[in-house]
Amino acid sequence: CSASSSALTPQLRDTLEKLVNSEKVVLFMKGTRDFPMCGFSNTVVQILKNLNVPFEDVNILENEMVRQGLKEYSSWPTFPQLYIGGEFFGGCDITLEAFQSGELQEVVERAMCS
Amino acid sequence: MGVTKEQVEASLTSKLNPVHLPLFFFRLYKEVIDTSGGCGASFAVEIVSEEFEGKRLLERHRMVNAALEEEMKEIHALSIKKAQAPQQWNPTPEDSSTTATTPTTDA
Repeated sequence: CSASSSALTPQLRDTLEKLVNSEKVVLFMKGTRDFPMCGFSNTVVQILKNLNVPFEDVNILENEMVRQGLKEYSSWPTFPQLYIGGEFFGGCDITLEAFQSGELQEVVERAMCS
Repeated sequence: MGVTKEQVEASLTSKLNPVHLPLFFFRLYKEVIDTSGGCGASFAVEIVSEEFEGKRLLERHRMVNAALEEEMKEIHALSIKKAQAPQQWNPTPEDSSTTATTPTTDA
């Protein structure tokens, strides 16, 4: 799909908003938490497991509409995409850097307590 | 295969005005990391630019993504290892050997 019109219809935006708010931490990834289909997705799963964070995993390989819509919704071109407290937090590199600096723990804890 | 290292380099250079050109590290991983599709070019980049001044990490990464908007359509995976303003930049030992801008104590 090239420079076609927006994949993000008002209905889809509504659905995505509900989806990212369905849990405190939501990970849109390639594959599932038990079977990641990509090294970058796997990295984020391992980080969340390491922090013992309960999270919802959404396999974007099984839902092309969510996959295309989310790129626009987040203004982020790639996956995985991590949402915390209903807000886009980042992809693999940002999550990894935040994990190493301790910032990720803080953001997660804040979201869990809110 | 669409995107070359030179194209990525040119787009980033023209849009982000990097101050430390030698810091550009582009590597082609092609089909090494990602097992889901293995369909194309994969790049890792490190950039130091004044454009990043006062911007949060997410914002800086978004700028890199935006600079590569065209290429992203064909790039399979992009890893932004570093996106820093000049003040934040701490050269690692390997970096400083090539730049030699930091004075050493035992000179």
